[in-house]
Amino acid sequence: MSRVWSVDVRVTPREGILDPAGETIRRALGNLGYEGVHSVRAGRLIRLEVEADGAEAAKASTEKMCEQLIANPIIEDYVVRVREG
Amino acid sequence: MKVGIVRFPGSNCDADVYRAVTEGLGESATYLWHKSTDLEGVDVVVLPGGFSYGDYLRAGAIARFSPIMGEVIDFARGGGLTLGICNGFQVLCEAHLLPGALVRNRNLRFRCHDVGLRVENAGTPFTSAYAEGDLLHIPIAHGEGQFVAEASTLDEVEAEERVVFRYVDRRGQATDAANPNGSARNIAGIVNAEGNILGLMPHPERHSLSVLGNTDGLGVFRSLLAAVADGRGRRSDPAPPAAAEFAAGAVAGVSS
Repeated sequence: MSRVWSVDVRVTPREGILDPAGETIRRALGNLGYEGVHSVRAGRLIRLEVEADGAEAAKASTEKMCEQLIANPIIEDYVVRVREG
Repeated sequence: MKVGIVRFPGSNCDADVYRAVTEGLGESATYLWHKSTDLEGVDVVVLPGGFSYGDYLRAGAIARFSPIMGEVIDFARGGGLTLGICNGFQVLCEAHLLPGALVRNRNLRFRCHDVGLRVENAGTPFTSAYAEGDLLHIPIAHGEGQFVAEASTLDEVEAEERVVFRYVDRRGQATDAANPNGSARNIAGIVNAEGNILGLMPHPERHSLSVLGNTDGLGVFRSLLAAVADGRGRRSDPAPPAAAEFAAGAVAGVSS
């Protein structure tokens, strides 16, 4: 049955791609005395409300959106998660 | 030569390109609205600098799906001379007309100043007015201009001499200090394998008139003029005569 699903897309810089924003956060944490932070990667969370016939369909359709627009596979990885409830 | 300059919401270097073409060269230019699907028979398409769609999501990502981009992609894939400057370069990468991507400057700063550029390949339709090794002063103005690509892609682009401009210091050396954004191998501009699509982060149009204090960038437009005169590239298709056909069909379809 068709209903609206809440879907999270987490987009992060791909492994090997320099992430200057993450690196700046890491340095700032060091300045604040937080030691032992070896790496920070800064990405974005995109939350969608998607109408679909089931959680799998919502996920599949969101993955298609990621391939086409939401993420750039040359520089970014993404993870799609359909939220419960 | 007729140059079409695409206007997206947020384009802000469109008028600079217009004046480089009309005043710098005395050639004709026209603006192409992003919602149009008609390239109006232009010889060259320019995607100008700016912040199309506010750079939301990723720079160039939304503009790449503007209605006119379907026509621009067909034109470019068919050999049409296509120039993307700054945001236009980002759009060309997002449209996969050029390899790689442009990400946040390594130092996170918006950089707005002149840079030294070395002409690496003077054999393209965009650089024939220069000689290989020429040093140019051209302004940059961007926050997301760090060119990145897989090492294998970079090797391929280098081997095929598709790096057209590189960031260099005043002695012409591609040093780290001369690299304003952390771009891989100091790359400032590249062409596609066929050589008819150029993307670059610096703004040649901003140094194209003597009144601007420097005309180092005019060579890009002079080169395009020579290329068009030589019959390189192709003219975009004229607008289809849809209006007349539609009118005839409408009359024939009247039934009551």
